[in-house]
Amino acid sequence: MATLDSHDFEAKSQKAFTAQLKKVYGFYTGGFIVFCILLGIAEQMGLSRAMMGYVFLAATVLLYAGIGIMSRTNDADEYYVAGRRVPALFNGMATGADWMSAASFIGMAGGLYIQGYGGLAFIMGWTGGYCLVALFLAPFLRKFGQFTIPDFLGARYGGSSARFIGVLIAILCSFTYVVAQIFGVGLITTRLTGVSFELGVFLGLAGILVCSFLGGMKAVTWTQVAQYIILIIAYMIPVVWLSVKQTGFPIPQLVYGQQLMKVTELEKKLTADPKEIEVRQIFKDRAAAANEKLKDVSASYAADKAAAEKDGTIDKFAKDEDTYKKGLDRAKAGAARANPPAPHATSFPGKDEAAQNRARKNFLALVFCLMVGTAALPHILMRFYTTPSVKEARSSVTWSLFFIFLLYFSAPALAVLVKFVMYNDIVGSSFASLPAWVANWTKVDPTLLSIVDINKDGIVQLAEISIGADIVVLATPEIAGLPYVVSGMVAAGGLAAALSTADGLLLTMANALSHDVYYKMIDPSAPVSRRVTLSKSMLLVVAVLAALVAQQKPADILFLVSAAFSFAAAGFFPALVLGIFWKRATGIAACLGMLAGVGVTFWYMINNQVWLREVFFGIPRSVPTAPTEWFEISAISAGVFGVPLGFAVIIIVSLITPAPNRQVQELVESVRYPDLKLAK
Amino acid sequence: MQLTEKHQEYWSKTLRLTAVLLAIWFIVTYVVGFYARELSFNFFGWPFAFYMGAQGSLIIYILIIWYYSRTMNKLDQEFGVAEAEDD
Repeated sequence: MATLDSHDFEAKSQKAFTAQLKKVYGFYTGGFIVFCILLGIAEQMGLSRAMMGYVFLAATVLLYAGIGIMSRTNDADEYYVAGRRVPALFNGMATGADWMSAASFIGMAGGLYIQGYGGLAFIMGWTGGYCLVALFLAPFLRKFGQFTIPDFLGARYGGSSARFIGVLIAILCSFTYVVAQIFGVGLITTRLTGVSFELGVFLGLAGILVCSFLGGMKAVTWTQVAQYIILIIAYMIPVVWLSVKQTGFPIPQLVYGQQLMKVTELEKKLTADPKEIEVRQIFKDRAAAANEKLKDVSASYAADKAAAEKDGTIDKFAKDEDTYKKGLDRAKAGAARANPPAPHATSFPGKDEAAQNRARKNFLALVFCLMVGTAALPHILMRFYTTPSVKEARSSVTWSLFFIFLLYFSAPALAVLVKFVMYNDIVGSSFASLPAWVANWTKVDPTLLSIVDINKDGIVQLAEISIGADIVVLATPEIAGLPYVVSGMVAAGGLAAALSTADGLLLTMANALSHDVYYKMIDPSAPVSRRVTLSKSMLLVVAVLAALVAQQKPADILFLVSAAFSFAAAGFFPALVLGIFWKRATGIAACLGMLAGVGVTFWYMINNQVWLREVFFGIPRSVPTAPTEWFEISAISAGVFGVPLGFAVIIIVSLITPAPNRQVQELVESVRYPDLKLAK
Repeated sequence: MQLTEKHQEYWSKTLRLTAVLLAIWFIVTYVVGFYARELSFNFFGWPFAFYMGAQGSLIIYILIIWYYSRTMNKLDQEFGVAEAEDD
């Protein structure tokens, strides 16, 4: 990997550099495949599963560390923007890895399994946003050519206040997002090696730091390319294999339509099946009984305890009132399982027209927030500073979306294929003949998968299966009957996805603090070496803080991720886009617009999200949110109010304040033309 | 320093292209999304709305970005605002 060395590069042209990169990563991909085949052979010869987990964890983290050490640097251009010579193709792969987090890799197919059409909001939102990146931001930010997003705000809106607000928003959304990533890293490390969650978090953290700490953006870029290759191979192999088994065709994305039709048929059959109805009725009755008992917990606890003593089952009875109440709460929540299976292919299912319209409104609002958020997350926008030219920045967006697309158009296929296995093979089989993977995963974590014979007929009914979203990706290799080495590969892929995103996010925050706050606002005469050192120490501080928060296991990971998108959308998007496309936008207007956008988003969330509402106002979670919602939009899409408000405030305030000076207007003109040769 | 007429024309062409592509993006995402329930006819074995959400719209997004990048790079050459090539 001597090609990545800066001195070596100086002599070569960009073309030779690209060719060299292709060769290096070609060998690397081959090496990874050989490594997996060797492990597969070792498995046949009796290598234990735990051992294989350690080998995968150690090998991949050492690899990332190796790239980090080879790319170590103290040069500002290298550290902040990877020397601005990352070719479009490779920047596309790096952006893909930067972009696809644990939520995309593990959570998304599972979300689609559970929600059906509703889950497509994430597929569309997280890809369509790149149209906005391409049309409104990437080429212009590349022409501007500084180091961070607050850099642009500072230059365009003249002064420290716009820059400072930019830093605050960048940290707010990146920190919310990175906590979710580190949580994911901890989970996967625990699965792979069996260490405790707390230790897993810090082991994963070491993997993140060893890379970004030494070489900044340069190291992160080349590691992310390596991580992309691992994660895409790990995602594709099980899906393709499952497709071959089910349809006899190796490209699942083309043929899962027929499986979807079969799933729809099975749904109809299962909705009307008398045994299914029987199980659903049991859940309904249990929930109703629990609800009745919850009205006076102490009295029913005493009564049930006495009854248990009488018939000799007191050993199994709840030890205290608290445990007893939790059991009742669980039974009450079981009411959800009394519903027939949700139709997978139907858009906006609902019991009446009002419910269907509400589902549609929330679907479109979520798509909007995810799209605009994509086009405003600083760790993604920053990547387009690293290409050699505006032209390359434009084509690098195409490559980015292409590499993201490869995974995103496979996820819905995977969800349907796994659903077909569940509905067709598992449902209706006898409990005695369940495949081994069911027992394995039930043992790992009953929240991921548990099948209990509720109506005691010895046959599995769909309503008896309780399934967690994450299992869809994690268990696919076993469902498809592949050797354990592929399961290890999938876990390594999930780890690569979480680590690469966490790297990008931590770097964004560290750079905002060291470059924007320290260098630009506190000490503009600071030498380069001190800035880079400061950025490295900030990286350490932010990483440890995020790990400490992640260890608290904050309530709702999916909500944290979506909140980050809403904050970025409402905070950055209006100010960035108007800054490029409207010369008249003024500094004070941009500051007020950013604050108003983030402010209203935050306010809407803490008033309408059950967890935040409990934290901020102490309102119990059971109180419905509907009365305080605007237009029935749920808190996850709060950005749908923040973005228009941000635009409105910037436009109105700009029109009543004096136009920006000549210098700012010239800056706007210069970013619009890749090379502006003006007659003086 | 003044922008020439040619520069103005380059920018208005850029804006026009952006507007057209944005309109396509909007139709694919929000118009199809809004009428998803009505658009559930059979499309090569998929319900159309599901296919669009899971695959069709994604392919169109890539085409939008690819077309923009290609057209803009040509426009740069045509109007003499392209960057100097390295080699």
